[in-house]
Amino acid sequence: MKKYQLGEFEEIVMLTVAVLYNQAYGVSIKKEIEARLKRGVSVGALQTALKRLEDKGYLKSSEGDTSEERAGRPKKYFLVTALGKRAMQHTKNTRDELWNAIPKVAWNSEMVTSTL
Amino acid sequence: MEFGNGHIHPMKNTTQPPRLALRFFRWFCHPDLLGPIEGDLMELYHERVEEKGELKANLKFIMDVILLFRPGIIRPSEGYQQINQYGMFKNYLKIGWRNLLRNKGYSIINIGGLSMGITVAILIGLWVKDELNYNTNYKNYNSIAKVYRYNTFANTVETNLFSVTGLGTLLRSEYGDYFKYVAMVKGSDDRRVLQFGENRFTQRGYLMQSDGPAMLELEMVQGSWKGYTGKNTILISSSLADKLFSGEDPLNQVIQMDSKYDLKVVGVYKDLPGNAEFHDATYFAPLELYFGGNMDMNVWNNYNVFIYAQLQPGHTFEGVSENIRDAMLPHVDERTAESNPELFLLPMSDWHLRSDFENGVRVTSSKLQSVWIFSIIGCFVLLLACINFMNLSTARSERRAKEVGIRKSMGSVRSQLVYQFFSESFLVAMISFVVAIVLVQILLPTFNSIADKNIGLPWGSLSFWTAGLGITFITGILAGSYPAVYLSSFNPVKVLKGTFKVGHYVATPRRVLVVVQFCISVMLVAGTGIVYQQMSYGKDRPVGYTREGLISLRLGAYENRGDLKTIRNELQATGMVSEIGEANYQVTSTLGWNDDFKWRDRNEDLSGLNFNTIFVSHGYAEAVGLEFVEGRDFSPEFSTDTEGVIINETAAKNLAVANPVGETIIWNRNGTGYPYTILGVVKDMVKGSPFADTDPSMLFLASWSLEYLYIRINPEVSTYDALPVIKKSLASLLPAVPFDYTFADDDYNAKFKSEERIGVLAAIFSVLAIGISCLGLLGLVSFTAEQRTKEIGIRKVLGASVVQIWQMLSKEFVLLVTLSCGIALPLSYWLMNNWLENYEYRTAISWYVFAFSVGAALFITLITVSFQAIKAGVSSPVKSLKAD
Repeated sequence: MKKYQLGEFEEIVMLTVAVLYNQAYGVSIKKEIEARLKRGVSVGALQTALKRLEDKGYLKSSEGDTSEERAGRPKKYFLVTALGKRAMQHTKNTRDELWNAIPKVAWNSEMVTSTL
Repeated sequence: MEFGNGHIHPMKNTTQPPRLALRFFRWFCHPDLLGPIEGDLMELYHERVEEKGELKANLKFIMDVILLFRPGIIRPSEGYQQINQYGMFKNYLKIGWRNLLRNKGYSIINIGGLSMGITVAILIGLWVKDELNYNTNYKNYNSIAKVYRYNTFANTVETNLFSVTGLGTLLRSEYGDYFKYVAMVKGSDDRRVLQFGENRFTQRGYLMQSDGPAMLELEMVQGSWKGYTGKNTILISSSLADKLFSGEDPLNQVIQMDSKYDLKVVGVYKDLPGNAEFHDATYFAPLELYFGGNMDMNVWNNYNVFIYAQLQPGHTFEGVSENIRDAMLPHVDERTAESNPELFLLPMSDWHLRSDFENGVRVTSSKLQSVWIFSIIGCFVLLLACINFMNLSTARSERRAKEVGIRKSMGSVRSQLVYQFFSESFLVAMISFVVAIVLVQILLPTFNSIADKNIGLPWGSLSFWTAGLGITFITGILAGSYPAVYLSSFNPVKVLKGTFKVGHYVATPRRVLVVVQFCISVMLVAGTGIVYQQMSYGKDRPVGYTREGLISLRLGAYENRGDLKTIRNELQATGMVSEIGEANYQVTSTLGWNDDFKWRDRNEDLSGLNFNTIFVSHGYAEAVGLEFVEGRDFSPEFSTDTEGVIINETAAKNLAVANPVGETIIWNRNGTGYPYTILGVVKDMVKGSPFADTDPSMLFLASWSLEYLYIRINPEVSTYDALPVIKKSLASLLPAVPFDYTFADDDYNAKFKSEERIGVLAAIFSVLAIGISCLGLLGLVSFTAEQRTKEIGIRKVLGASVVQIWQMLSKEFVLLVTLSCGIALPLSYWLMNNWLENYEYRTAISWYVFAFSVGAALFITLITVSFQAIKAGVSSPVKSLKAD
């Protein structure tokens, strides 16, 4: 469905924001993804994704506290909106449907076409 | 917004990220995102300094900044709010639409007028396009030319298309390097009787050498033009194939031409479009048939063919013209050489509109002139419609004034109001365009039949839509410009305070526009009147013979012509026919020219005099109705009459002898001089254009039978009764000749086709112009009446009569229209005088055409104005004063 479109990275960001509930801001999201998925995330890629998700209405943000390390700049905390949740659910459902649709035999047999 | 920096917030750790990268980041980052992201960057930086050291942290920081430089993070170039005027435009269109709906009357006038204007513009545009695209159906459009020739005589240069067969042969053999194909075509009208089984028709076609169809690359339905080689082959059009073969397969069938030649059909080509050379060709048959089936194609003294040629790639028309210029000189006789025949090629693109020559110089042809005239008329009619729009918009400006005031005080700048009024005029123009497309679709069949065209709406053509939308756009700009500039200039304070009055300076341009409108309309009406006057002048011209009750029949091949005496006796015996006669050319054609005459017994020099020479039979003069001024007709009683000649008055004038009858002239033909004694002088015959001077003619008596039979129907019986009887007796007398007769007066009237077409189209456009102008006037008057409702009410209460109110409201417009007439009449007199100069036989412009135009303009104005004025006059003052 076109209505809820989430890219792969966008989905990861959404999930992470949900995981970090109330503590999700730029650095924490980046670290969480890097820790869990074992992959590097650039600030640029992350911020672009966050902005896009916020524009789509899947995330909402609020400015929060700051610290000395941040040179007085506020943190921007993100929360998943109801629409965002629906989008995530939709993505999950479609995945599950696809998973369920895979015939058992697909995992057990060799490639049949190789004989051709 | 300014964020604090490190100096204000002292920190534990004093290391700082690279300043340049940070400044760069701050410069490009979207202000909404700057704070939190910079915070993230700082946090990460400090962590990295502690974990990995300053250098690595610096590098990573720079990396991050560079990776942040991407769309979505970078600030927009102009401010950071979303700026487009989409919403505003939507609002303009909505307000415009509501205005249209609220003032239905004005909207109908506006849209009706504009769509009429656009319809006319589209129709004329399609017509002009058709005229300009002549012959573009031929694939080799850019490399085909016709061979023309200049001959220089004592005081004139003649331009001629007729060539000798020797030249075509020479061009092919000696100049083959320049030409891919050379094809000679019989130079005069070719009509033949084609027969297959019982089906027999007289058809128009062309006798053309075999290179012709290859050069033209005819689109074949069946067979191929490649088979068109021998002298017994023929190509026929698909419509003729349908007619002749009615369902049978025409390919390789043998059809008979003039009951004499058996020709094999080698191909059927798709009918050629109306705007193409050879468009009336129902067949292409070998040129040899013209010369009795067999002939030496190397004759240098008989100018009877047209030469078409296609250039080899790499050659230009100018270059080849230069090279072939003197090609004829070595081959022609001394007399022709003296006139210095100079050849040149006229490219296909010039054939239709640019092939008129006068004294060796190309002149604007009448066809090109009509293209111009109609283009200008189209623009004018569109302009009239635009003027309506302008006038109504400004007249109603007071109603829109408050809106302008409010918009301005809400912060609209003037340019936005200009946009608003433009978008309204575009809205109206677009709606009108759609209406116009529908109208064009409905009117095209009628238009085609009047203009003798076969034009369709090119729905799929990109250029058509571009042009259509272009016209709409220009209309929108034209119609919207004045209201946009004027309405947007209102001062909001004055408007909202209520002291605003539409000043006189608006009324003046409006009056000027009305004057322009009626000027154009009156000019069109007067012009149309003069075109018609000239036409009826031509039709009423004494033509020197009697057209009514005269029918002509082409007898075709010599073998089929029968015996004239027998035919005469049989036909006269029916009582339906008073006289018949034969001639080698039609009485309405100017074919057959000869020079080289001299006096036998006199000394006057006749060299350089050209005469239209035709051969006729006994009875021709009486059948056709020639009027003798002096002398007598050929008579069967004198056998010496074959050495006699009848001349017309112009010929007598050119010969410059007081009493020509009885004098003998010698006609030098093929080196032998034949003496002819002048037997009679007849009145001039109008054979060519009815608007041109008459030609000097000579009629010779032929003792053999000739191609055209003229039958004078007994004046005492009706044509209706006579025709079946004549048909029946001819069927037994001339079994091989189909009874495809024409009336001489039809043939004569056909000469007026182009004038008639201009006349009808001009009449339609003038009616439209007047109609559009009156629509505008109607709008203006009703607006004025509405504006002055109170005034009218008060006047009525104080005792004004309906007539007075009517006078008050009508006076201004009648004055304006009178003024326009004053301007239009001299202008149209001058223009139409110029137009009439084109004709040698022309009417004098009579005053009643102008009187009629003025009368019509005033009358229509009065009716239009009175309708509203009287409505305002009779309305009850109680109602109008009670309002508010």
